[in-house]
Formats: sequence, C-alpha cells, structure tokens
Amino acid sequence: MKPSAALTITGGQIVQPGRAPQPGAIRCEGGRIVAEGEDVAPQDGDQVIDAKGALIAPGLVDLGVFAIDKEAFHFGGITRAALMPDQTVILDTPSTIRFAAQSGKPDLWVHPLAAATKGLAGSDLAELALMRDAGARAVSTGRGWIGDSGTMHRLLSYCAMLDLVVVTHAEDAGLAGHAVATAGEMATRLGLSAAPAEAEAVAVARDLQLAEMTGARMHVRQVTTARGLDLIRRAKARGLPITAGVTPAHFMLSTTAIGDFRTFARFAPPLRCEQDREAVRVAIGDGTIDVIASGHDPRGPEDKRLPFADAEPGMAGAETLLALTLALVRDGLIDLARAFELLAANPARLLGVDAGTLQIGLQADIALIDPDRPWIVDSDKMAASAGNTPFDKQGVQGRCTALFKGGVKVG
Amino acid sequence: MTSANQTSSGRYPAGSAAFPHRDLTGLAGLAPWEILFLLDEAEQWVDLNRQPQKRSDRLAGLTIINAFFENSTRTLLSFEIAGKRLGADVVNMQVAQSSVKKGETLIDTAMTLNAMHADAMVIRHQSSGAVQLIADKVDCPVLNAGDGQHEHPTQGLLDALTIRKAKGDFGALTVTICGDILHSRVARSNIHCLTTLGADVRVCAPPALMPVDIHLMKVTPFNHFDQALDGADVVMMLRLQQERMSGQFIPSPQEYRHLYGLTLERLAKAKPDALVMHPGPMNRGIEIDSNVADLAGRSAITTQVEMGVAIRMACLDVLTRRSRKVEGWT
Repeated sequence: MKPSAALTITGGQIVQPGRAPQPGAIRCEGGRIVAEGEDVAPQDGDQVIDAKGALIAPGLVDLGVFAIDKEAFHFGGITRAALMPDQTVILDTPSTIRFAAQSGKPDLWVHPLAAATKGLAGSDLAELALMRDAGARAVSTGRGWIGDSGTMHRLLSYCAMLDLVVVTHAEDAGLAGHAVATAGEMATRLGLSAAPAEAEAVAVARDLQLAEMTGARMHVRQVTTARGLDLIRRAKARGLPITAGVTPAHFMLSTTAIGDFRTFARFAPPLRCEQDREAVRVAIGDGTIDVIASGHDPRGPEDKRLPFADAEPGMAGAETLLALTLALVRDGLIDLARAFELLAANPARLLGVDAGTLQIGLQADIALIDPDRPWIVDSDKMAASAGNTPFDKQGVQGRCTALFKGGVKVG
Repeated sequence: MTSANQTSSGRYPAGSAAFPHRDLTGLAGLAPWEILFLLDEAEQWVDLNRQPQKRSDRLAGLTIINAFFENSTRTLLSFEIAGKRLGADVVNMQVAQSSVKKGETLIDTAMTLNAMHADAMVIRHQSSGAVQLIADKVDCPVLNAGDGQHEHPTQGLLDALTIRKAKGDFGALTVTICGDILHSRVARSNIHCLTTLGADVRVCAPPALMPVDIHLMKVTPFNHFDQALDGADVVMMLRLQQERMSGQFIPSPQEYRHLYGLTLERLAKAKPDALVMHPGPMNRGIEIDSNVADLAGRSAITTQVEMGVAIRMACLDVLTRRSRKVEGWT
C-alpha cells in the first residue's frame, strides 16, 4: 500500500510502554510515526483526525492465528497477524511462505510462521533458512509437539544459528494422545478422553532443557497450567531467552465450560481446572506471560456442530481479544500500558517487526480504542468468517473505533 | 387428586411431575423419585412379559425409530422387543460406523428421521454427547441407548431394577463395579443411579482404567479387587474390550484375569449372598469365570436381560405420554 499523505491524530490518550496514557497527538508521514506527544500539531496538508479522547494505541500484533480473516482482525484492532503453518497447504516451503506473506495486502500485515518440520510431521527439518528469507518471521511446531527429542534439539540449535524464534506447542504427545479434555471431574463425568494437565509441564520441561543447551530463543505459544508457568518463571529468572503466551480462553474459562459438551469450548490445549486458570492470571500479572494472542480459528458448523470429540478445537477470537484483555485491566491485574505490551509490543519484538509501539520511526500501525465502550458478543453477527465463540451473548467492554496501517485508515 | 401413576407410598408427585423430562439422555441429575418412578413403572411390564400373551396396545399407532450408529445386537433387540410389545411400529436403522461418522451427516441424519415424524427415537452413538446433540435438534423424545463413554441410562435402570428385585432397598447396599471404568458408560450410569438411590458404590480397576477424580462422583475407588469385594452385596463385572487388553492398558487377558477375574474364590470375599451381575456380552474366563456367571441363585445376568425389556417398555411409555395426551401429562 502506498504511503498516503501525512496524518495527524489529535485529542487522544497516547499509549506507550511503561507509562500511563498521556493526552496528546500523533503525526505520521510516509507510513511511519514522525512525532507524538502533547505539543504535536498537524501541519499544513495533513489529514487530521480527532480521537475525541480515545486511546491512541499501537495496532495489535496477533501471534499465532490459524486463518486470515481480515474483517475480524480489523474489528479487533489487529494490524498484524502471525499465521500458523497449519494451513490446508502447510507452510513448509519458501513458496508457500512467500504467498502467505503477501496474502494480507494491502490492509493487513501477515507474518507467516514457518513449519519447523516438513509437513509438520515432527521428523525432518523444513527449509528454515530459505523460508526465513522468503518472509517467515519465526518457526513454529504448529498445533503439535515434536515428540522426538533429537529432532527438537536439532531444530533449536539450527534456529539459534538463524536467529529465529521457535514457537512451540506444549503438550507431551504420549500423554495427550487423542485426549479432548483435561483429566478431572468434568471429563470423567462426561466420558471424554482426557489427558493429565501435567502433559504441558512435561513438554515445557524438556523443551526448556533443549533451549538452554542450544541457546535458542523459544516462545511457548500457550502456557495454561500452574506447573508449566512455574517452569517458565524459573527459566526466565535464570535469564534464558524464553517467552510465553496464552489466549483469553485460558484466563477466562475453565473445564466447567465444556459441560453439556459445548464444542465452542473445545481447545488445544484443552481448558484446565479453576486453579490453573487462576495461575494464568497471576502469570499475566507478574510478567511470566509475555503475549496474549487470539488463536483465531474460525470454524463453521461442519467443524463444530458435532459430538465433542469429533469437533475441531479452537475459537474465532480476533474480535474479542482486545476486550477480554482490557477486562484484566479493569480487574486491576495489569495496567493499560502492560496490556498493549502483551497485545502488541512483545509479539512485535518476537517477530522482529518495526511496530508494536508508537515510538517515532516505527510503522504507523495505530488503533483508536474506546476502552470502556460496552458491547455484546454475538456469534450470529460476528465479523469473523464463523461465529464459534464461547463468549456468545456475553457483555464486554472495549472497542477499536478506527484502525490505521502504515498511516492509512483500514476497515 | 388420584392418578394412576401415583403409588400408594407417594414416593413421587402425580402425573408428569413424576418425570418432567422430554428425553432420557442420562441418569446424571435425576432425582431419586424420578428413577424410582421408572422402576415402578417397569414392574407391570415385568409381569406382562412373563405371560403367554405379551402384548399391550398402549403405543399403537406410534412410530419408534431405533437409530444405532454403533454396532449393537442385544440392546437393539431389547428396544425392538420393548416397542413391539407395546404395539408401536418399530423401525431399526443400523448405521455402520464408517459410513456416517462425522460432519453434518449426523445432524442431517437426525433431521431426516425427524422429518419422518417419529414419536420417539432411540439412539446409540460411539461419541460421548452425540445423543444430546441429536436430542437438541429433533421434535420427539429421545432415549439414549449408549453414547460413547458417557451414559447408558436404560442399562443403569435395568441394573437397579435387578438389584431391587433381589435385595430390596438400596440404602444398606454395597455395590462393587469392577472393570474398565474409564471407558464404560455402563459404569457411569450405574454410578449415577445407585448413588442417587442411596447405595454405597465402589469402583475397582487398574490405575490406567480408572478415571481421574472418580471419587467426586460419590464412589470409593479401589485398585485391588479383593479389597473392593470385601463385604459387597452386589458384584457388577464390566466387559473388558478385547482391543484394550493387548499392551496398551493391560499386559494381557491372562494377566487381567489374574488380578481382576471374578472366580469362585474371589467371590467368597463378598457377602455370602452377594449378587453377581454383568451387562454382557461376557468374556468368559477373562473378567468372569463360567462357574460364577452360571452360579444358580447368585448370578443375575439373565435377569438383567429380562429387566432390560421391561425398563425399556417403561421408558418408551413414559416418554410418549405427553404426545399421547395421557391424563396428567401435559
């Protein structure tokens, strides 16, 4: 998209890392941020937009989505989406990466994640350097864990050399098996095949050992249990380049949500017990968790209106990511600045893109946000290509009111 | 108000309040009187089934569809006989597991059956929750004939009726259920049913076949069979599915029998008059020895089959009362 005329957004509250929002304006030129602050004023010829007191925040960077669903991303204030390699055609070749990287143009950045192994089969390494140079921003094991420790070791050491972050899925495959729920009372009552929650910690523990051996940068895409989070916390305390993410499902919901076999509450990893949910919230508050992502995975009735075990996991989460994260701010768990570190600055840093904050010189990806505006999640009226949300008919607060990519309004 | 349905003991409310549910998808959450109502209703059918003329016209003109998405011989036959003895037109639809498994097909099949104006559907499916999914989409009462590892409510009821006939009240009973608890919908329905009726229920399985947190279903778990049998009034053995016996969960059938097979010696740990039950089909010589399965006066295995028909007649009768506009059932 060609950079437009200069743009100045006035009368907003500017969100920057490490400080409370401050009143001011932001000026963009050539698609980049050129000035921000209280005394910034539009220049002649600028397009001027009055934020009317809204938050001027960085566009959200959604690390780990399963579909490119522009309308949903734009609704949710997302300007960049890191696409998981688990596509119909798996992103395991330079050409598929190149194609995916172009697929958001002109109004959405798509950052493909390269499949770690060919066909995501977990055995032979894919052409990671070629994919990096074709536009892959990180490497991902996809929805699965690499069971073979030798393969994982080779992957991490190779990616350490290439300086690519490895995005992992933390569920020990042997323990997880074909489980669709976490072992416990609910799975027992419903008669669903279940895996112990410890399948996560087992996987995290091994991967941390291998990451430390190789010096690789590793991002565990979803850490959802107290034990898994403890391992991450300790690894970070020792200075390892380890980061962790989560999706709102695991800080909003616990296993009780799968009662009545609700397939919209089927996730991978599955929902956990209430204590684990609480541990996720603590970990968001204490900095153990670095990234909150949507895990956006729109699924129609053909994938969801099925018996629980036959349904596909995942939810259409792009539209609710912002509001559900802002709920953590309202709960006093984090402040606004930290919310946007989790939603934008940290994922942008992991992907190595020059966005994620409103610092001068960065891409002018900007979201105007009314953090208090109430709205009702309605699966029948969602912008996403499917309405599979476990938060249907729930009242939430916080809406993106305008979105800019490279200084140009989108959506 | 007097109602044909109210027993002299007054254990349950009159009319439809005795069983206010459209479907029977599980026994979880049912009130004790709702279960007792169904058991009491079954008694008349036990009597009828023992007569030379076993025919009622209570459901004459009604169409019952037995839709079995999972292979079944015994349960399907039992439901078919139950429907026919009540005078209904019974249609069986057996769907091989491979042809209809996923996708909209399940819902589509249900909608197709619904469009044929069935008066009740009896459904078995290999996936937990599938019967509820169908029940939510169709207009007629739905009876769960087994969904995955979730529930098999008529089995739970027929087992309760069998126990009641032999032992009377449930309050003083200790029932030991032994076998593959993890994968068993029979175990779950029995646990709901028997704990609701006040029995003390023990479950026994090796750790790999014991569901996590099963104690939260108000049962006492055991790994060692002898301990679980000690002083039991009823010993219910579950069928071990052959495919689970090789390596994955249990080293071998012989090893399973060594630890969990019900032999005459083991049975002696239970009360001297302990009832022996098995939902069938049995693996004789594995989970139960032939001389135990056939033990006169102790084995209730054939009685279970007999009670099965009566219970299913009772359920079909009760669930169709609204559509038949039976007095008091609105």
